[in-house]
Amino acid sequence: MNSDVVVSVKNIKIFFYTDQRCNKAVNGVSFDIKKGKTLCIVGESGCGKSVTALSIMRLLPELSRIEEGEIIFNSEDGPVAIQELTKNGKAMRKIRGSEIAMVFQDPMTSLNPVFTVGFQIMENLLNHNNMSKREARKETIGLLKKMGISLPEERIDEYPHQYSGGMRQRAMIAMAMSCNPKVLIADEPTTSLDVTIQAQIFELMDRLKKEYETAIVLITHDMGVVAELADDIAVMYMGNIIESGTLKEVLSNPAHPYTKALLESIPVLGKGKNQKLEPIRGTTPDPFNRPKGCQFEPRCDYAYEKCKDMPADELLGGEHVVKCWKSQEVLKDAKK
Amino acid sequence: MQKNREVLLSLKGVKTYFPIRKGIIKRVVGHVKAVDGIDMDIYRGETIGLVGESGCGKTTLGKAILQLVPSTEGEMNYNFEGEVKDLRKLSAKELNEARKKLQIIFQDPYSSLNPALNIFGSLQDPLKRFGVKKKADIEKIIGDLLEAVNLRREYVYRYPHEFSSGQRQRIGIARTLSVNPEFIICDEAVSALDVSIKAQVIKLLQKLKEERNLTYLFITHDLSVVEYISDRMAVMYLGRIVELANNEDLFSNPLHPYTKALLSAIPVVSLDKKLKRIVLKGDVPSPVDPPSGCPFHPRCPECKEICKTKIPN
Repeated sequence: MNSDVVVSVKNIKIFFYTDQRCNKAVNGVSFDIKKGKTLCIVGESGCGKSVTALSIMRLLPELSRIEEGEIIFNSEDGPVAIQELTKNGKAMRKIRGSEIAMVFQDPMTSLNPVFTVGFQIMENLLNHNNMSKREARKETIGLLKKMGISLPEERIDEYPHQYSGGMRQRAMIAMAMSCNPKVLIADEPTTSLDVTIQAQIFELMDRLKKEYETAIVLITHDMGVVAELADDIAVMYMGNIIESGTLKEVLSNPAHPYTKALLESIPVLGKGKNQKLEPIRGTTPDPFNRPKGCQFEPRCDYAYEKCKDMPADELLGGEHVVKCWKSQEVLKDAKK
Repeated sequence: MQKNREVLLSLKGVKTYFPIRKGIIKRVVGHVKAVDGIDMDIYRGETIGLVGESGCGKTTLGKAILQLVPSTEGEMNYNFEGEVKDLRKLSAKELNEARKKLQIIFQDPYSSLNPALNIFGSLQDPLKRFGVKKKADIEKIIGDLLEAVNLRREYVYRYPHEFSSGQRQRIGIARTLSVNPEFIICDEAVSALDVSIKAQVIKLLQKLKEERNLTYLFITHDLSVVEYISDRMAVMYLGRIVELANNEDLFSNPLHPYTKALLSAIPVVSLDKKLKRIVLKGDVPSPVDPPSGCPFHPRCPECKEICKTKIPN
């Protein structure tokens, strides 16, 4: 067992039940989160990336259930099976926020508008550490300063509406980082921000990773962000990780038709008008009416009879794992 | 070469200020200077990209051109087949006619279609408005439009909730095309779409442009899309255009420090070349009280003394 693995997710299945129908939002996903590394989970909306992240935090909504699999968190006092803890139990509340923290997508709605930013950051500190209010306040000012917010002594008593979008997101990261968590889960942290602000946030996250050896899980749909920040990638499609590996393995040798198509469907800056855009045909299938076997089969150019069965994971060397019957052919085409 | 081309729309010193009112008698205490003096020529048949951060006034400029928000000052000369008229001075009747030529595609495909109306209901209004009366005719035209945007004819009587976001955006495009416009403002038309759908819509917009000889003003914050689709590009910052150039020139040799920072901030999908990123400090200043001199000077890495007092030409 590798000692660098902080959280290990094994074959997890999360189903949602509505109207006597069952949405298999996450259908057998496994990955490891490693110390001091960034794992990027990429995929379209509705592919289950956020649900996977929420399951690690045990913040899933009522209608859902973890059906199978395990999430092992290697804490200092030995491994903890997160899926067995009660959602609001003491043990889970101790981990949530202090050991594993999360930055949510929308900084506008995830801060409480009726409390000051400082109060909301202090809350976390007071809950998890044995601190007096004065110490917590000092700590909070230090945190805000570290996040690059100017005049933190004054800003600490301001309300979220007085902050700009980028500052709010930085306050969210300050909140998440307040107890020096081992794992930071960032669910599309920059989607609602401008590119220049996005660059600031990335710079910050990179620094945190290097300084504190925090393991970062970054959920995104932007391949550019992935190339910029990731050490490892997991590409998700309709509840499955279809391809995973290190950044270099996946980006230079995509072995799954979906990864390949995804890379070809986005315009790349600097290539100008001469590049060929190849849209993926069709749309994502209805989650209640999924294709049998490989989920990508109806949209795939490589599909043949065997794709009616779900392919197994195939190791291509290194850490590169792919879920496709025709991966060798895709690899060959990608090299052309 | 560009000088020979016909100018379709010429903007001169366009300003849009929104008053801020306070107190019981609603006294005007200041202005939000959303668009603060824009000069730009748009040629027939070109795609011009307009990029900038949120809050820099790109959408307001688009809406001001369509007279959807009133503009405070300036001229907008539009070329109606040889007859040049100022859009701001059109009478209500003339403006209605002008709306046939100028159209807009909105950002959010969810909120721009009425959920209570089916596609026929949503698309019939512009057609009725411009003179198609018979139901059979309308049905035929809508069917043709749906086919033009790669949707099936049979979808006419479906409701918006039955479509995916990419399909909805295409319905929005079909509605825009229904009056045969020549100038279309695409206000973040592909920003809200999923990665795999984005390429479909971009390709569709390009196809339509070639078929119908359209002119696009492409408003977006996504530079890689702009680079792919547009001929020229304008970079906006705090209500002003800071750089306007041909695509190739702007991307290979950006001159304004803001453009440089903007270009370097974009994450690139590639393993080998990592640009030196220029990280800008701070946030965009408030347009209520823009900084004196060059609006970019408080964040500019190459700021000089003169930048603080004078606006460069």
